Amino acid sequence: MTMNRFEQRLRRFAGRVGLYFSVLMLISPAVLFFLWMASLALKNEADNTAYPPVFIPNPPTFANFVDVFAKNDFLRYTINSVIVSFSATGLALLLGVPAGYGIAKAKATKAAVLIMIARITPGLSYLIPLFLLFQWLGMIGTLTPLVITHLVITVPIVVWVMIGFFEGLPAELEEAALVDGATIWQAFRYVAMPLARPGITVAMILAFIFSWNNFIFGVVLAGRTTRTLPVAVYNVLTFEQISWGPLAAAALVVTAPVLLLTLLMQKEIVAGLTAGGVKGG
Amino acid sequence: MSATLVSQPSAAADRLRRGRNYARRYWMFAVPAAIVVAAVIVFPWIFTLFMSVHDWKVTGATPFVGLANYAKMLVDDRFQWAILRTLYFTAASVIAPVILGVWAAVCFSAKFRLRGVARTVFVLPMMATPVAISLVWTMMFHPQLGVLNYILSLAGIPPSAWVYSSSTVIPTLVMVETWQWTPLVMLIVLGGIASLPTDPYEAARLDGANAWQMFRHITYPLVWPFIVIAAVIRMIDALKAFDTIYVITLGGPGTSSETLNILLYQTAFAYYDLGYGSAMVVVFFVLILLISMLLLSVRQKAV
Repeated sequence: MTMNRFEQRLRRFAGRVGLYFSVLMLISPAVLFFLWMASLALKNEADNTAYPPVFIPNPPTFANFVDVFAKNDFLRYTINSVIVSFSATGLALLLGVPAGYGIAKAKATKAAVLIMIARITPGLSYLIPLFLLFQWLGMIGTLTPLVITHLVITVPIVVWVMIGFFEGLPAELEEAALVDGATIWQAFRYVAMPLARPGITVAMILAFIFSWNNFIFGVVLAGRTTRTLPVAVYNVLTFEQISWGPLAAAALVVTAPVLLLTLLMQKEIVAGLTAGGVKGG
Repeated sequence: MSATLVSQPSAAADRLRRGRNYARRYWMFAVPAAIVVAAVIVFPWIFTLFMSVHDWKVTGATPFVGLANYAKMLVDDRFQWAILRTLYFTAASVIAPVILGVWAAVCFSAKFRLRGVARTVFVLPMMATPVAISLVWTMMFHPQLGVLNYILSLAGIPPSAWVYSSSTVIPTLVMVETWQWTPLVMLIVLGGIASLPTDPYEAARLDGANAWQMFRHITYPLVWPFIVIAAVIRMIDALKAFDTIYVITLGGPGTSSETLNILLYQTAFAYYDLGYGSAMVVVFFVLILLISMLLLSVRQKAV
């Protein structure tokens, strides 16, 4: 009997050790990668090209970050990215939240299939026709084509997340509002929408992140002055053969807002991704 | 309110019935989005089909050529290699993340201290900007100064050429893809595990089953549909992979990592052969659709 209990305890202990070891193995590639990224960004050039590599910056330097903003038009690219991602996300919410509601209420599964096919289509395949269209309209070189193409990413994400959310809401409250003489618009605006606020937050965060991260649309449609941050990091810095420190610093600047947002809103992001498996581009 | 309902039952019922009839009118909510979707998603699909049967360069006439663009693919070596390479890259980029992702989901479904923090850190690679992480990976792959070869040397393993040799470039890119997208598989499977009943586990524990037996005979069969969904999503994304390959290798060295999406980009936006590029898009799309349907039918048979 005591032997049995001892064995049980030993087994439970071994299980715990195995679990912690597994988790350590699973998260270390991510942890080490981002630490190395920060290390590259905070070291001077001599340390960055040293062999064996220097792991801990001593002393850490912010010269690389200063370099990125001083030697390039990085502030402009940041503003471009902010304008494009905020506009594309805002427009997508304006269009997608009511659409998600309509599709959920009308139980229009065929419309959902269309959204699913849009998710399957490679981003490049939208670009050839849209590139011609924007060229014909003389819009290449402005931010408008970028905002419009980013809708290809943001609208399906918002609609997809919102369908799921509105389907999960109890219908009784809106029906009560309708019985009391509300129009369907009022039932949506004053009953369903406030209830779906957590869903709207999830949709907004995901749409913003995938628009911010997008590279493929910008690389084709952006001109010299309309580059978004991902395109700018790739184009400007790699073509000028800039050394590792500033390159890592620029990469960190581009991805920092997204990483911070993920850390702050992890619960919402995990909920949204688990529900839909959404991803843009 | 209940008083009015009692005193005027017919009027209330009438209004309620009208409420039900609203179902059709809910379509109005989707109209603005439908117009935008038609303009930026459906129009490109149709126009792509139209362009794919024309000899379409950026400037000059665009004569109708029938199926010539499609016929060209049958004799285009570079295109056929790109297809094979894409299938190789995709198969590896589905299998590795799905195995690791299921393992991660099982681990993260257990309760332990700092689970929330660990899970968030684990999810970071898929949220980070692909271009940014690709640049850092490129620096890590540097044959002489890269940190990865240094780590290999510490373990007594000879240095690898990583993305600088045609024999190791695709496995290396698969490693990046796995690092980046295992979290998505984990999240989907974790969602599946969270929805499972707890009774079978308690019964199994009483019968003295170990962790592996519980996974093999309870978790795995019940979560199978979620694993298939994760695999299908992973496969679609791997077929479409672009940012990391473009930034790290641009299809090189030579054309040894040129997948269909990279070749498509080169054809349309480096050689400006929009007609041929469009035909490739159509074939690419059909390929994605066929493989997705195949995998989903496997799911139905297995359940």
